[in-house]
Amino acid sequence: MERRDFIKISGAGALAMGAAAVGCAPKPKTVGTEEGPEQMVYRENPVNGDKVSLIGFGCMRWPMIDQGDGKRVIDQEAVNEMVDYAIEHGINYFDTSPAYLMGQSELAAGIALSRHPRDKYFIATKLSNFGDQSPEASIKMYHDSFEQLRTDYFDYYLLHSIGRGGVAAFEQRYVQNGMIDFLLKEKEAGRIRNLGFSFHGKAEEFDALIGLHDRGEIHWDFCQIEMNYVDWTHADGVRNANAVYLYEELDKRGIPIVIMEPLLGGRLANVPDAIAKQMKEREPDKSIASWAFRFCGTYPRVLCTLSGMTSMDPLIDNIKTFGHFKPLNEEELEFLERMATQMKEYPLVNCTDCKYCMPCPWGIDIPGIFKHYNTSVTEGRYAQTQEQKDYRKLKNAYLVSYDRAIPTLRQADHCISCGECLSHCPQSIPIPGELQRINRYVEKLKQDTL
Amino acid sequence: MLKKLRVALAVIFWLGITLLFLDFTGALHGWLGWMAKVQFLPAVLALNVAVIIGLVLLTLVFGRVYCSVICPLGVFQDGVAHLNVARKRRKKDHKPYNYSPEVKWLRYGVWVLFVVALIAGVQALVALLAPYSAWGRIVQNLFQPVYIWVNNLFAALAERAGSYAFYDKEVWLRSLPTFIVAAVTLIVVVVLAWKNGRTYCNTICPVGTTLSFFSRFAMFRPVIDTEKCKNCKQCEHQCKAACINIAEHKIDYSRCVDCFNCIDTCKFGALHYQYAWGSSLKTAQNEDGKAKSSVSSSNKAKIEDEGRRAFVTGAALAVGTATLKAQEKKVDGGFATVLDKEVPNRDVPVTPPGSKSIKDFYRRCTACQLCVAECPNGVLRPSTDLKHFMQPEMSYERGYCRPECTRCSEVCPTGAILKITKEEKTQYHVGTAQVNRTLCVTEDGTPCGNCARHCPTGAIQMVKDDENSLPRPVVNEALCIGCGACENLCPARPISAITVNGRHNHLD
Repeated sequence: MERRDFIKISGAGALAMGAAAVGCAPKPKTVGTEEGPEQMVYRENPVNGDKVSLIGFGCMRWPMIDQGDGKRVIDQEAVNEMVDYAIEHGINYFDTSPAYLMGQSELAAGIALSRHPRDKYFIATKLSNFGDQSPEASIKMYHDSFEQLRTDYFDYYLLHSIGRGGVAAFEQRYVQNGMIDFLLKEKEAGRIRNLGFSFHGKAEEFDALIGLHDRGEIHWDFCQIEMNYVDWTHADGVRNANAVYLYEELDKRGIPIVIMEPLLGGRLANVPDAIAKQMKEREPDKSIASWAFRFCGTYPRVLCTLSGMTSMDPLIDNIKTFGHFKPLNEEELEFLERMATQMKEYPLVNCTDCKYCMPCPWGIDIPGIFKHYNTSVTEGRYAQTQEQKDYRKLKNAYLVSYDRAIPTLRQADHCISCGECLSHCPQSIPIPGELQRINRYVEKLKQDTL
Repeated sequence: MLKKLRVALAVIFWLGITLLFLDFTGALHGWLGWMAKVQFLPAVLALNVAVIIGLVLLTLVFGRVYCSVICPLGVFQDGVAHLNVARKRRKKDHKPYNYSPEVKWLRYGVWVLFVVALIAGVQALVALLAPYSAWGRIVQNLFQPVYIWVNNLFAALAERAGSYAFYDKEVWLRSLPTFIVAAVTLIVVVVLAWKNGRTYCNTICPVGTTLSFFSRFAMFRPVIDTEKCKNCKQCEHQCKAACINIAEHKIDYSRCVDCFNCIDTCKFGALHYQYAWGSSLKTAQNEDGKAKSSVSSSNKAKIEDEGRRAFVTGAALAVGTATLKAQEKKVDGGFATVLDKEVPNRDVPVTPPGSKSIKDFYRRCTACQLCVAECPNGVLRPSTDLKHFMQPEMSYERGYCRPECTRCSEVCPTGAILKITKEEKTQYHVGTAQVNRTLCVTEDGTPCGNCARHCPTGAIQMVKDDENSLPRPVVNEALCIGCGACENLCPARPISAITVNGRHNHLD
């Protein structure tokens, strides 16, 4: 996309901010954006009047405690503390799934949330039938979610991650097993207040799903998409559609949007030095992450931006961002587009650490390897040639930190390229190929042939 | 003065050579490697004529200073003996030692046994008796783990501080029998040294006995001036070699290790380290003296038990299930259990590149464990095979012989592993990979090829049985060098589907 088009689109979006209720469908209204004391921003769901906080709590990255012999459990105490703090500061949207955190996320969310009045928050969870797709297993998963989350209704219910595997996968997971009819009935019965889907994939696949809505076969109450200033126009257009396309298609139809991966799994909170410098030049007191959140919040059709907060610190920072929310202006959007272009020049792996690929049957720590690699590149612990003056130091730093981050047995050289992970990756990363690329880099460092 | 000089040099040598065995980073061998190479037995095995002649000349001129300065086991015994002497002194006992005659039958018996073992190639016995090997074994087995644990503590601190100065290193038991031998050796040596100073050096140590043949003719020796001597016997009581016989005013120069304690002790100036070429060569021996042997074998069972207990924690390896059961619900995150690899059966052992052949390697190796201590990839470990007991062999459960690494060849003092460069390394065909199809994951329908992908010489190709079958690995034995990359990275566990078997000759 040309830069001019980008400006046009982003400009249009920004302008629309001021003028609410323009076009064919009513836009979510922004309540309380005044400066001054901290005040959470809420967007109103035009369909049912839900006042949803613009920042939502993603329950996919909660802290885990290692119990030895491979067992890891959620740190419930930390979760309770964060959830209490979040609710106290106006966050009212909590997004989980039966698959998250080795299947422990829903229960932890249920424990933490049930300590608060049910009308204080919205629960979003998903039908994550990636394994057994039979009606029995799927319905059991649906019922289990109520029990885990200690509720008798879901505010937002999603068909989890469709788009991958195309329409065929959608048909298999939700249509052929009768699940979509089942869920629509559940919606009628009031146990599901909003039915939507989360999407990762190509534009054509999205068109197919949205076509169902257009033809009146399924009404999508909302849709969850991956959106951030990199994916806006720099998503790998082949395997994953650009966010600008998805946003506009949904906006046209007046479907409220929930945003996932606003930070690309934290990568937009820890950007390469050169980029961080430019951001800090403009906003010295605002975090790098705040740029990414403000980007999402700037677009009026966005109902909620999910952030998978691991600890109190990002939570406090996010409340700061959304408690004194300032949408980006046209020039700032253009600046972020430049930053996104610059970021694409770094040889990063497009991994958001969602762990859908895990567990790898061969024991490889796929997201760990990518995260270590990305952090090394971003933070400059990445030798490029042997001639560079601190090559020895960089080599040592990379190799030592690699061994620290990943046990030898789980490193990239043990990947046998079986391809099991490929269908699980929402980012459509060619995982074995990327692991081999990283391993070749490690070999070059070890053998001094860089 | 002479004593101080001796102690200073001894401490430097001892620390240097011990550090050489402790260091696992490869940072020190460039500086300290020569200290292993000037050891007597390694020089003999390496046919390092210059060092042998040098050491013989040294002994001919100055006596057995080798034993007091260069030999780490000798210096260690001096340290142990010193502790006991100091303890006795605090208890007002100023007569820690007394003259005792040479125990000829044991001393020369062991020496003959040693020489026969050396010629016959019974290296396990040679390694057991040789002082340098014994020390290396003790340090590698007993002290290096402690050193690494301390390092790991620093590594943990460094990690917290975001520093890369220290890295974590796994401590693992390479061979229980060798560990036990090392522990027993240590205890025997400590007990002997504590009780009687240099008993080991003068009754068992074959290097000490060898050097004694020359030291009797040494140019410079401690000499008793009978005019000045008051027969107070202080020198005799300070002689940890028990070789000063004041009753006859004679010193057994075959056993004197030139520690100079006697000279330092004499209040009357009756002892001098002086030129004594051609003076009476033979010292009188009191044949009725009783030989003392304090080797207690009753300790052995206890030691073995302790050794086992100490390492069981480190060696106990969790065993889980290898296959991941199909889950009803696919959840995200977590790790599949990875089984530890087991040592496969190898008809011929694999010895490192730089060793010309199995035979040559095992003839020259003194089992000092320096290469084992040095190997950064967890490949080398002492053999448990009785024929090559304690001599190293390679196996690939924890890593493989990496193409850029030549560290064992850089430290080997005996020439068992010749010094090679990265480039020369590929000329050594130390083994050949063999595929066991029944274990290969491609047989279960999982596409693989990790062995072929990581083979540094391109010796492995993936071929199909027919159109529909998955490609499976085949090995071109002409290209395979036996580095074990394939075996180590093979996903089949606990026994790899591709394993390396050793080759007798490495250079054809």
